[in-house]
Amino acid sequence: MSDEINARYSIGIDLGTTHCVLSYLDQIKATEDTNTEVEVSVLSIPQLTQPGVVDENKQLPSLIYRAHESELNPSELTLPWRTESEVLTGTIARQLGSKTPIRLVSSAKSWLCHGGIDRHEAFLPMGSPEEVTKISPLNATVEYLSHLRQAWDHKFPDDVLSEQEVTITIPASFDPAARELTAEAASQLNLKHLTLLEEPQAAVYNWIKACGDNWREQVSLGDIILVVDIGGGTCDLSLIAVSEDEGNLTLNRVAVGDHILLGGDNMDLALAYRVKAKLAAEGKDLQPWQVQAIVQACRDAKEQLLLENDIDEVAIAIPSRGSKLLGGTLRTSLTREEVNETLVEGFFPHVKIDEHPIAARRSALSQKGLPYAQDPAISRHLAAFLSKQVDAANDTLNNATLDNTTTRYEAESFIKPSAILFNGGVLKSPILAERMLSIINHWLENANTNKARLLSDSDLDLGVAIGASYFGHIKQGKGVRIRGGLASTYYVGIESAMPAIPGMEPPIEALCIAPFGMEEGSEAKASETEFGLVVGEPVHFRFFGSNTRRHDEAGIQLDHWQDGELDELPELQVTLPTEGRRAGEVVAVHLVAKVSEIGTLKLEAIAANNTDKSKDAERWQIELDVRDS
Amino acid sequence: MNIDLSSMPTSIDIIHLILASLTLILFILLIKKPKQALSNSTETATSASNMDKAPVIEKTPTVERVVVKQPPQLKEASPDAALQLLTLLQQDARFIDFVKEDLSTYSDADIGAAARVVHEGSKKTLDTYFTLEAVRNEEEETRVSLPEGFNASEVRLTGNVVGEAPFNGTLIHKGWKVSQTKLPKIAEGHDTSIVAPAEVEL
Repeated sequence: MSDEINARYSIGIDLGTTHCVLSYLDQIKATEDTNTEVEVSVLSIPQLTQPGVVDENKQLPSLIYRAHESELNPSELTLPWRTESEVLTGTIARQLGSKTPIRLVSSAKSWLCHGGIDRHEAFLPMGSPEEVTKISPLNATVEYLSHLRQAWDHKFPDDVLSEQEVTITIPASFDPAARELTAEAASQLNLKHLTLLEEPQAAVYNWIKACGDNWREQVSLGDIILVVDIGGGTCDLSLIAVSEDEGNLTLNRVAVGDHILLGGDNMDLALAYRVKAKLAAEGKDLQPWQVQAIVQACRDAKEQLLLENDIDEVAIAIPSRGSKLLGGTLRTSLTREEVNETLVEGFFPHVKIDEHPIAARRSALSQKGLPYAQDPAISRHLAAFLSKQVDAANDTLNNATLDNTTTRYEAESFIKPSAILFNGGVLKSPILAERMLSIINHWLENANTNKARLLSDSDLDLGVAIGASYFGHIKQGKGVRIRGGLASTYYVGIESAMPAIPGMEPPIEALCIAPFGMEEGSEAKASETEFGLVVGEPVHFRFFGSNTRRHDEAGIQLDHWQDGELDELPELQVTLPTEGRRAGEVVAVHLVAKVSEIGTLKLEAIAANNTDKSKDAERWQIELDVRDS
Repeated sequence: MNIDLSSMPTSIDIIHLILASLTLILFILLIKKPKQALSNSTETATSASNMDKAPVIEKTPTVERVVVKQPPQLKEASPDAALQLLTLLQQDARFIDFVKEDLSTYSDADIGAAARVVHEGSKKTLDTYFTLEAVRNEEEETRVSLPEGFNASEVRLTGNVVGEAPFNGTLIHKGWKVSQTKLPKIAEGHDTSIVAPAEVEL
């Protein structure tokens, strides 16, 4: 690591499910003037808000609208950097899409992490008529990034984005394929210096930045920091253990949660359906557009009712769509009690630590749609996470606090965080944040452990982007880094050699190819197991990940594991080119895993019988995201 | 007696003599008077220019020319900005719909429901595009004192306006001042006169 700056700005991009944010840090200024606090700014992103109207906003809604050719006047689609475009991103997409949902692309990020579909295939907006031009989740991501790039290049023509140090954040729960796809989307922008960073880690960096050098006083050796990030669409959990290395405190990301599609949008919907039910009881039947408007109104009302004030009721008025405003306006209200029941008790119920979400396993035949969390109780998801990760910090903290080993190995049922960091728009509400904290502390008290303390964070909406640009700056050796590496152990499935039994799937064994905690830029030792690949034909592998088995080395073959230990991921695919070989020929290969500098997992097949010793063995890239499945 | 009115007078009678001398006197007065009037207006112009920071006007023979070229300046307000604000208010607050309605046939409850839409939306619009602050931070209905040289556009004196500064009086309205305006930009081809497009659902 050198102290040399390879770019003027360190840019952090929060590529959120519902909003994108871009923050930047002037590295030259920060290096010249080391006394003052590093300054991070958030870019105001010019975007169309109405046809013909351009406004600047710190958030770019992650939405695309596929306008009909006669819907808009081309001259009204001018942005500061272009005169017209087929793709409308940002506020205008939300505005037009609220009235014409069949043309609105949303939640592309959740699709990016959905293994059941081909993410290169253009199928969004989902289920809309044939003639609507479709876009793939990958290309939608490219569109958001390129809007941000153009906004940046327009403002800083002398320091174009592709030359800067860029950090894009991703959910900690993103699987290797989704990470790879994010990197692929970013590669279309020709970024020279790109790194991916997990969002909860970015939130921690934001906290470190806000604390300055004082962060060392706020945490101590042996602390376990739980990061709870509840955004618009997802709920992301991570555990960070504080250990010591040569007398310095170090941070280690020891566990990440599963991908939970549950967030603020679900809460707004829940309230809207409650209001709808209330109106239905009064005999008022609602049109779909009225429900849309109620969702929006509930979002605004919720913000007031979730503050600690004495407002008990917020009126909700839904105007008619026509120009007659009077008489046609639907009037109802949302009370504090209803918000409490629906949100606080519905999403954050007080549950016991052993109450976990009812995991209804989705069959392969389930409808093609996003795998939304079926249990809305975030506290149950959190309980499951803490229970599952009971041993997460043992390795890291044992080395540091040997004297504690005896207590640590007592039969514990869940990992006990000692500090908590909140992030995401939902937890801006003091009522929800307090409830979340009290749930966790209740668990800790029942287990006779000290209460966890809340680490104060500054801006829960922009924190991830700010943390990311701060990370991009300090990763060149100017501050503390969170040690992370792979958050899971990865395996490929091998059918075990046993006589076939009719009606029974042959049992499968799992070969570990990438161990837990593998760091950026490292390569796992090739396992001895050989695979035969047929030249010219795509060969598929079953692929598994585990975020609890931390000690499996590359090459280990598991013939059994406990239920829930291994999660099946989308299958892998490799096709050997026919060049220089006969089609149908079988080539023996080893599988090798490495983690790129960007932070993505790369799997390769290496020819086992390397006849030509003067050359390196032949290598073929294994696709994490299988196309045309 | 036959009088030919078209014929020129052949002799100068006393009446014509008086008329002729009167014309001459008026003519001389006419020449002298404007010069006085002009120098008066120059003085007011220069004193006004001190406030407006306009170029200082010198009292030289060029005075006449400069003053003649400066009629009172009134700015033409751009209709685009006004139309844009109307659009925003209509869009978020249904402002035009509300004002165009005939309220007489509706109950207060109906009007109240609609007023909420208008109020919430207008508030959103104002908060988004303008930064508003009070001109005076004192409580209304309290005594305030205005020193000499106070800004007369910021504070309006009313009632018993006599005497000299400092003026002591009661703050009736704290005033509003827009410290920042951040209106969206408009595309070249955008027709601002369409403050709300007609909507047709297919």
